[in-house]
Amino acid sequence: MSEKLLISLTVNGTRHDDLVVESRHTLVDVLRHQIGLTGTHVGCEHGVCGACTVLLDGAPVRACLIFAAQAEGRDVRTVESLAPEGEMNDLQRAFSAHHGLQCGFCTPGFLMLAEGFLAERPDPDRAEIREVVASNLCRCTGYQTIVDAIESCARERRCGAGETR
Amino acid sequence: MKPASFTYHRARDVTGAVGLLAELGEDAKFIAGGQSLVAMMNFRLARPAHLVDLTGLSRELAYVRRAGDALRIGALATHHEVETAPAERLGPGFGVLSEAMRWLGHLPIRTRGTIGGSLAHGDATAEWCLLAVLLGAEIVVVGLDGRRVIPAEEFFHGFFSTALDPAELIVEVVFPRPAPHAALTEFAERSGDFATVAAAVTLDVQRATPCDGAPVGGGVRGGRVVLGGVAPAPLRIPEAEAVLAGGGTFAECAEAAASAIDPPSDANGSADYRRALTRTLVVRACEEAMAR
Amino acid sequence: MTSAVPKGWVGSSVARREDPRLLTGRGRFVDDIHLPGMLHAQFVRSTVAHGVVTGVDLSETLRVPGVVAAYTAADLEMGDIVAELDRPLTEFVPTAMPVLARDRVRYVGEPIAIVIAKDPYTVEDGIEAAKVTYEVRPPVLSDQQALAQGAPLVHDEATANTLVDVSMFATEGIDAVFAGAHQVVRVQTSTPRQNALPLETRGAVAEWDAREEQLLVRTCTQTPHQVRTVMAGCLGLDERTVRVVVPDMGGGFGQKCVVGREEIAVGAACLRLRRPVKWIEDRRDALSASFLAREQRYDARAAFDAEGRILALDADVVCDMGAYSCYPFTAGIEPLMASAEMPGVYRVPAYRVRGRAVTTNKAPTAPYRGVSRPQIVMVMERLFERAARELDMDPVEIRRRNLITEFPYTGVNGVTYDPGSYLESLDLCEKVLKEEGWYERKDTAAAEGRFLGIGYSCFSERTGYGTAAFAKRKMAVVPGFDIAEIRMDLSGGVTVTTGTMSHGQSHETTLAQIAADRLGLDLAQVKIHQGDTDRVTYGFGTFASRSATIGGSAVARAAAKLADRLLTLGAHLLDTTPDEVELGPGRVRRCDDHDRSVSFADLADVAYLKAHLLPKGADPGLTATATFDVQGDGTFSNAAHGVVVELHPGTGQVEILRYVCVEDCGVAIHPQVVEGQARGGIAQGIAGALFEQVTYDEQGEPSCASFIDYKVPTAMEIPDIAIHHLETPCAFTEGGAKGAGEGGTIGAPAAVLNSVNDALRRTGVELDDTPIRPATVLLALTPVGVPA
Repeated sequence: MSEKLLISLTVNGTRHDDLVVESRHTLVDVLRHQIGLTGTHVGCEHGVCGACTVLLDGAPVRACLIFAAQAEGRDVRTVESLAPEGEMNDLQRAFSAHHGLQCGFCTPGFLMLAEGFLAERPDPDRAEIREVVASNLCRCTGYQTIVDAIESCARERRCGAGETR
Repeated sequence: MKPASFTYHRARDVTGAVGLLAELGEDAKFIAGGQSLVAMMNFRLARPAHLVDLTGLSRELAYVRRAGDALRIGALATHHEVETAPAERLGPGFGVLSEAMRWLGHLPIRTRGTIGGSLAHGDATAEWCLLAVLLGAEIVVVGLDGRRVIPAEEFFHGFFSTALDPAELIVEVVFPRPAPHAALTEFAERSGDFATVAAAVTLDVQRATPCDGAPVGGGVRGGRVVLGGVAPAPLRIPEAEAVLAGGGTFAECAEAAASAIDPPSDANGSADYRRALTRTLVVRACEEAMAR
Repeated sequence: MTSAVPKGWVGSSVARREDPRLLTGRGRFVDDIHLPGMLHAQFVRSTVAHGVVTGVDLSETLRVPGVVAAYTAADLEMGDIVAELDRPLTEFVPTAMPVLARDRVRYVGEPIAIVIAKDPYTVEDGIEAAKVTYEVRPPVLSDQQALAQGAPLVHDEATANTLVDVSMFATEGIDAVFAGAHQVVRVQTSTPRQNALPLETRGAVAEWDAREEQLLVRTCTQTPHQVRTVMAGCLGLDERTVRVVVPDMGGGFGQKCVVGREEIAVGAACLRLRRPVKWIEDRRDALSASFLAREQRYDARAAFDAEGRILALDADVVCDMGAYSCYPFTAGIEPLMASAEMPGVYRVPAYRVRGRAVTTNKAPTAPYRGVSRPQIVMVMERLFERAARELDMDPVEIRRRNLITEFPYTGVNGVTYDPGSYLESLDLCEKVLKEEGWYERKDTAAAEGRFLGIGYSCFSERTGYGTAAFAKRKMAVVPGFDIAEIRMDLSGGVTVTTGTMSHGQSHETTLAQIAADRLGLDLAQVKIHQGDTDRVTYGFGTFASRSATIGGSAVARAAAKLADRLLTLGAHLLDTTPDEVELGPGRVRRCDDHDRSVSFADLADVAYLKAHLLPKGADPGLTATATFDVQGDGTFSNAAHGVVVELHPGTGQVEILRYVCVEDCGVAIHPQVVEGQARGGIAQGIAGALFEQVTYDEQGEPSCASFIDYKVPTAMEIPDIAIHHLETPCAFTEGGAKGAGEGGTIGAPAAVLNSVNDALRRTGVELDDTPIRPATVLLALTPVGVPA
């Protein structure tokens, strides 16, 4: 019989104290099917495609390779956190401007990958960006415009930061 | 691709974790980052009845620190924590560890996967397994009978099999002395994949010999050569090391390595191809190690 | 009367209207659908490649807590999926694909039973508990095994395991041409079985809508109406009792343009249980048991004169189509495409071809982006390269001498090519690489003992296959036309419904651009609606680069019809005649006095709410419907690709240093989208040339059931790609657009292969098979006698 656990997660700033999950439920399934945040997608369930990438305490991780119970008490951010009021953030706008998405299925994973990466490394060169973009699979774009979008967003963020200082 | 049912347990400390696993018996497994285990469970290729989650031990076991000459890494330190460890903490002698991390999967794998988990999994191409053998690491494990230290060279027994007893937990890996001239390099058809062949080299370089203008291999008095992907476990190649000790060239060292191995043939490459890669990668690793 | 509106939206890379929801996680894909009481299905699948099912025991399955039901073919009354060609039995053998295997199983992964449970985890427990016994038969695992004397039969009715055997062309006297030719070259090549691999796997949610008395199936398909037709047929329902709705879709590339067995079974289970049932294919099944593609073998010869002009082409094409014919295309999809299109951009005076589809014990195939054209282009381009070597000619020059340059051109294959820029694109491609200095770099590298190579491909791609073109293939279901309906609402904006089905191609943006231009509307006033069989009379969805050409033209025509209605009504309300008015931004105005105008909203107000003010005899409402079909042979996009590679002797790695694509798809509705299609297509072409291959062990067990083994390239393997545009408008599509969806994939393998061979030139080795693996390259680079 499947064991049930009561767990608590903070997702996009909201605390969920009353999540009843099976021990075998992966984080991505709990995010999607219990919390109802379907922006995070499932592409392979073995950690290669990266469609399920979310931020766990700020670091990009594969939500298909984490049991929800392992994330007990921790802070999760999904694609839905990037535009809480519906207005796209600068990274999302850069993806649109550079046509960094076609079907859009892999896109939330790339966005969260890039958010986590840029937070740690705001000043990457194109080669470093490309290496990180290689973490996830996209079947539509050929990746170039994803690299373009992240590069452009990083540049804009640096300029913005420079201005405000 | 959903895992079979299991019972989840949270470990609070090392002693408790080990005791619990022993109590739960053979169908119980530790889970740390889970980057290999969860994938296998999703395929139902692994189906432990119990998982003992070590996440709660992170405060205790996720560290990277110098202790005299040695570098001590807590078993729950993630690959990414090593990759981004400040240079002053690693010192010049352990740069090979952080630089080797770029070969290990991709960023979102490295943020979760741990050194202890990687060693316990014992993949023959895994970077940590090679590095441990290369640098003569001591793998500190705790079991019901207490603590013991397993030299890395005695740790890997074969195909995904190690010297760990079922209820033993890796708690720390000690790299006893700096390796200023060490490098790890790999080849895989696709970036981030398990290596077809991985080569790690540490050179014993005569300090008086400057790198510039020195003949290839010049100043090398010996070294260690470890290969991944050519045998069921990471493999030291004494024949290649003898060439280094005898003042041979890197190419001769690589040739000796290629001749010494009996690699498998599989979808990633034939034995011949792996030998050819060995020739290339050993030279490459030697050159990179020399250039440090 | 004129509906001429200054060009505005078409040609502009406006912000995609799909983007905000997809970027904020508010897209709605099939797995995002949750319905009250919804159950979850998965399939018990064959573990043997070939055999007879002797027993299916689901008793343990039904004992798993949370499992609700489990059905075999015998439990559910379902008709088979049958795809046919109107060809004699000597040319085509129809075979039935049962929704669930009845007795025979023909590939590992073939669905045998459907299990339904309360959640996606429990259903897999149920699958595990099922017991199937088989009488195992020897499997047929390659085209050569299939055609061998005495081979086991995959389908008893298909002797020699041959489903299609068509000799489409045979120019009289061709043997004499070969016999008398100055030079004959031959290319034998094979291409790997591939997975189109949309990142979103297949899936469906079926529910019974009691109020509408309809089976509502939400599924990610490129062809919703075809799913409805098969669903209704297999389940014995009237078409109007089935409604297929397509939510956001994570790619398709052809894999989702055929009807899958699983969605039919899900519909049947839903009908039985009267509860919503969801099935989401997992990646293991998607890699091993879904529709695959591309595994072909060619033996081709070409005859040339001393000046390098091609005199004749003779090709034998064998396509390994796996276990079943797909609906609606049949197993003929690949061999017939190859046969019809092979001469391509060249003036080939004599042509003979035999195309065969063989059946094997592997997962069945579906069209995949480019369908056979990546291979025929590869074969043609290899033939020209080889001829150039034999005749000591420049490989670009030999192409120049043979390219079609005068249009329209009717080829030996009976196809009439509309104007394109075949020569111009090749010239530009070569010029770019020359100006960037790659030829010098290649020479320098060679002097240093390195291996750089430059390779090209040039090709055209028939887009906008109309009914006439498909009818030539003798398909029993003849796709071709499409329908668009446009309706203006009271706010003066329009909703356009089309039979095309975007799954990444940006139709919500590009089709809106077309409609907005025709009507003088702002883009925000146009809503595109697709993928609902209750809202569109019939459509053929999106495949074969048909949507901009056929769907776009239907939208343009519907919009133009509506424009006429607006002008007529506007003239009436402005007290003048239709020829005295024109469309202005969001309004109808007098040509001689733009201030005298009436807004679309006011026109709609009259058309719907004050119909008594309409001209005498005019119908209320503001709607228009139009269809479009391509008469004749369709329109041809074209391109030239130029690739520079370096081969690394230590590893055999093929590194792409430069990729240049010069493409011509007529009028580009949205240049950024066109570039996106080209880049993404090229990435898939490179994947086929260098990385991806579905393989099986001797028992027919797929060895690529994970992304570890099936090597979809990442950003580290796919280079940046420079794209240059030429524009030869199509004369007979509305607006001059040609299709742009497949060209990248078609051109890339040939260009990559040629560049590798150019780099290998001084080794004397030539490679013709793909994927080109590093081990092969390394062997080629290793001097004879030196162990590799």
